[in-house]
Amino acid sequence: MVGMSLYRDAAIVLRTHKLGEADRIVTLLGRSKGKVRAVAKGVRRTRSRFGARLEPGMVVDVQCYEGRSLDTVTQAESLAPYGDQIARDYAAWTAASAMLETADRLTEEREPITAQFTLLAGGLSALAAGQHDSSLLLDSYLVRAVSVAGWAPTFDACAGCGAPGPHRAFNLASGGAVCSSCRPPGSAAPRPETFTLLGALLVGDWSTASTSDDRTRQEASGLVSAYVQWHLERGVRSLRLVDRTADTAAVREGTR
Amino acid sequence: MVQDLIDELGRLPGIGPKSAQRIAFHLLQADPADVQRLTEVLTVVREKVRFCETCFNVAEAEQCRICLDPRREATQICVVEDPKDVIALERTREFRGRYHVLGGAISPIDGVGPDDLRITELMRRLADGAVEEIILATNPNLTGEATAAYLARLLSTMGLRVTRLASGLPVGGDLEYADEVTLGRAFEGRRLLDA
Ligand SMILES: [Zn+2]
Ligand SMILES: [Zn+2]
Repeated sequence: MVGMSLYRDAAIVLRTHKLGEADRIVTLLGRSKGKVRAVAKGVRRTRSRFGARLEPGMVVDVQCYEGRSLDTVTQAESLAPYGDQIARDYAAWTAASAMLETADRLTEEREPITAQFTLLAGGLSALAAGQHDSSLLLDSYLVRAVSVAGWAPTFDACAGCGAPGPHRAFNLASGGAVCSSCRPPGSAAPRPETFTLLGALLVGDWSTASTSDDRTRQEASGLVSAYVQWHLERGVRSLRLVDRTADTAAVREGTR
Repeated sequence: MVQDLIDELGRLPGIGPKSAQRIAFHLLQADPADVQRLTEVLTVVREKVRFCETCFNVAEAEQCRICLDPRREATQICVVEDPKDVIALERTREFRGRYHVLGGAISPIDGVGPDDLRITELMRRLADGAVEEIILATNPNLTGEATAAYLARLLSTMGLRVTRLASGLPVGGDLEYADEVTLGRAFEGRRLLDA
């Protein structure tokens, strides 16, 4: 057709919606194109040439026709089947779902944002490899993703006046740790270990993060979720369904 | 009025505006007795068909035809997402046990968690110890795979044989689109899950 342009990009499938009888609309986070929504025809038929490549969490090399509001996928080659590896581990899969939904909420259509692509690909890759507890990987992804979006929390220096930490209070609206003079009423008072863990998750210091105990992890997860929900007005639905009960690292050793 | 009919038909799955128009004009020219029969069937289906109290398949009574059939083995339960999947699997004539319809798959992004499916009802069916094998026949796509992983973990402590349809099933699609031969083979080659 005249005026239709074809493009190619590396992309992560964020989510899919059924369309009609056998098609799907896929939301893709492209490395150079940013977020796009595209129609994948016939993808729900079991003999579809796309197979499972256009499912959430898969990284693909896609070729699409640009459309007015929706593009159309013409080709999809697998670059990394993270989604397929993750789906076999329920806890990891719920963590991946929360990553994908957050990435969707933090990005705008057709606005290139390579940093979010790279961060998400890294998070999914780590979940697929089962390197660390999936709940910790999710929290680390979340604090970094909101940072890239411009809402970097602080877990050390005071978010109000910059006074060096450690501090004892945490305030969502202020942007993280607050000193005793900046501390607004109603601030949380996490344990010092929780601040240490959050700081480690923000910079990817896994040797510190992996030594944390369950109670610290729970408190950190609660603060991270609250922080993300505070910045994303309608909230991230899948965060409520993240399976944080199982020690996934231990579960995996038994099953793989 | 004719346009109303065309509009209503066009809202059915798989029927585009052209087909809707064709069906509408077919009905207008058809024998009134034929149209009457169609009207009656639609009314009866709407009033009488409901969900089986045991397995949540479509049923015309409190229980579905399969749950009421004494020849169906009570030792095997095949877990599927939708009633449409029961029809697809029945076509293979491979399975002689009973079903359990979850009512979907776990999908956190869509806000669907384990509590939104008929999982408690499944666990209740296992309480008397009569069931020996659970066959997880959720869709061969990622939500189906993750739902199977969740169930396998939940069932792992119950001393049951938990199997999954063979991985030879083409991935990415919906079970209802699989042909009988492929589905039948997937059934025969189902693998044991060691959760
Ligand atoms: Zn201060
Ligand atoms: Zn039944």
